[in-house]
Amino acid sequence: MAEMLKTDAVQNLWRDRYAARSESHSNDWLADVREAAFARFEAMGFPTTRDEEWKYTNLAPLEGVRFARPVPNVEIPADVLEPFFFDGDAGSRAVFVNGVFRPQLSSLDQLPVGMHVMSLAGAMESHRNLIEPHLTKHADYRESAICALNTALFEDGALVHIDRGVVTDKPLHIVFLSTGGDVPSAIFPRNLVIAEENSKSRIVVTYAGVWSGMYMTDGVTEIVAKENAVVDHYQIERETTDAYHLSTRQVYLMRAGNVSSHSLAFGGRLVRNDINALLDGEGANCMFNGLSVLRESQHVDNHLRVDHAKPHCNSWEFFKGIYDEKSRGVFTGRIIVREDAQKTDAKQSNMNLLLSRDAMIDTKPQLEILADDVKCTHGATVGQLDEDAIFYLRSRGVSEDAARSLLIYAFAGESVGQVRIASLRDKLQELLSSRLAHGESLTFGRPFEYSDDFADAVRSADRRRET
Amino acid sequence: MLEIRNLHARIDDHEILKGIDLKVGPGEVHSIMGPNGSGKSTLASVLAGNENYEVTEGEILFNGKDILELAPEERAWEGIFLAFQYPVEIPGVATSYFLKAALNAMRKSKGLPEIEAGEFLEMVRKKAAMVALDEKLMTRAINEGFSGGEKKRNEVFQMAMMEPKLGILDETDSGLDIDALKIVSDGVNQLRGPDRSFIVVTHYQRLLDYIVPDFVHVLVNGRIVKSGGKELALELEKKGYASILAEVGMQESLAS
Repeated sequence: MAEMLKTDAVQNLWRDRYAARSESHSNDWLADVREAAFARFEAMGFPTTRDEEWKYTNLAPLEGVRFARPVPNVEIPADVLEPFFFDGDAGSRAVFVNGVFRPQLSSLDQLPVGMHVMSLAGAMESHRNLIEPHLTKHADYRESAICALNTALFEDGALVHIDRGVVTDKPLHIVFLSTGGDVPSAIFPRNLVIAEENSKSRIVVTYAGVWSGMYMTDGVTEIVAKENAVVDHYQIERETTDAYHLSTRQVYLMRAGNVSSHSLAFGGRLVRNDINALLDGEGANCMFNGLSVLRESQHVDNHLRVDHAKPHCNSWEFFKGIYDEKSRGVFTGRIIVREDAQKTDAKQSNMNLLLSRDAMIDTKPQLEILADDVKCTHGATVGQLDEDAIFYLRSRGVSEDAARSLLIYAFAGESVGQVRIASLRDKLQELLSSRLAHGESLTFGRPFEYSDDFADAVRSADRRRET
Repeated sequence: MLEIRNLHARIDDHEILKGIDLKVGPGEVHSIMGPNGSGKSTLASVLAGNENYEVTEGEILFNGKDILELAPEERAWEGIFLAFQYPVEIPGVATSYFLKAALNAMRKSKGLPEIEAGEFLEMVRKKAAMVALDEKLMTRAINEGFSGGEKKRNEVFQMAMMEPKLGILDETDSGLDIDALKIVSDGVNQLRGPDRSFIVVTHYQRLLDYIVPDFVHVLVNGRIVKSGGKELALELEKKGYASILAEVGMQESLAS
């Protein structure tokens, strides 16, 4: 009874926030969807560890917390944002603070021609025709209370639209900065990426936190890759250790669409990434690459679902984790191959390095294969640093700390090597160095290359575009 | 240069070295021969500071300094180099990067500045040529996908780069065909000099045709049972270990 009351009280909190939002946005064309999503959230409630999909990730600390709407106009000195930028994003940065777009902190004057970035809140009316066919149509709020809550409550986020045939290597960087505060707050960023036919683009999204105070991010990103469109997407988590980060990413691929999405987790008290793809056109390619580098009692749960609905599609999942101290990782990789999806080639691998006795990882592949002519492989490893390798390095004069760092770098390097943007790779190496620093300066031994499989897939998209 | 006194070492509960005494002078080449399981590789590992082995008694003096308490890297800085019997594959760490890190660590220990890029490249080129090692291997991960011969040549190449005072070759000949054996031996012979000593651990006499030792020691059951000049190796080759053992009254030991 007591538990029920508590739950009711929490849901009342969200109901108040929902009601307040609805009132201030009375002619929202999305009102019906929001209503349905909120009803769904109320019916499901926050997931508990009794739910099989949440068995190892406990959201109990969020229950009963009165999450306020954060202060939108916090003043942000330039040096606060600077560490989250990387070389090469100047002129194409969109900055959101506590969930709200901040044009003065953004610089979008060097965006590639044909790549459009807008505040979603601002574009809801002006670009309704573009948005309506996609927004909330891909990320399924009926399946997930977290996604439902975002759908009901989101206010802002980035709308990215890449015109037909536009090809660019210049990355767009979207930064969501949270500032914590004296009372717990929650933001609901919502992003929509629409890549038109034959376009090629790169998008980096950083979720960052500064200052102290508990906050929750419940973000949803929908990525639509139309025919033969290539999207290279990165999500970097650098939230504070007071932060709960819940995110849903839904990739929708049409014929010969090609999406890589990278999840690089360094921060957060608890991070849960629901990463989903629907390969809904022949010849589509999807790659999910992930690296989590955790310490203290950080927790990261990567929950993947790749749904092969059409024949001749390829998917790759490469997730690596490095767990120190009392940190914990969870990996669930579900691959679904539907009856018609013949000639599917799906690869999954999850490799983990435990640096301490108290660190932990739970890894679970799940394959549901309904077609009969497919190739699916999966594998998971959990291990420690190779002591023979450490002795080998030390016998050549490399100190023990440096030897360990070198091996950790090498392990991480394979994931970082999938990053196409050289300046972002440098940034990630710098982040790793600071994590593993033992008073010695070390850098990666070589620039890492892509997985050939995926690079080949991108090259063939290039060829198709050219012909 | 090196003096080993009454060295006892064990791994877990097994005592493997049971009182080794050995003196190696500057510029000398000593060969340690012995049947499988006699403790040859253990001796090599213990000299390099492998922490899997526990030294329970005795001492190792290197240039008058007791090195037993030194970490493997500190022994390397003192000038000890072990060429591994089974060089370890380390995915993700490029050979050239590792070499540079190792070389700079050695230089740092001597108070020298980091090596310049040009000088490093030149050195790599010169030393790789000594063992006919393809420079392309430098960009590959350490020993990953190297052939057996390439791994061993890579060890001798690294030894050439590190310029140690004492080089220990742990069964560097194992798994090598005759051509590779010649190349590796040539490399080692070029490194010989009045200030550089070698301990050559081998099971077979064949290697000693190419790297001619000043002294040969027969190690059996954790002890050196016989020492002599290079002719001892030939005698071993001819008569086998059994006869030597019989001679020193140790038939039992070989059987056990």
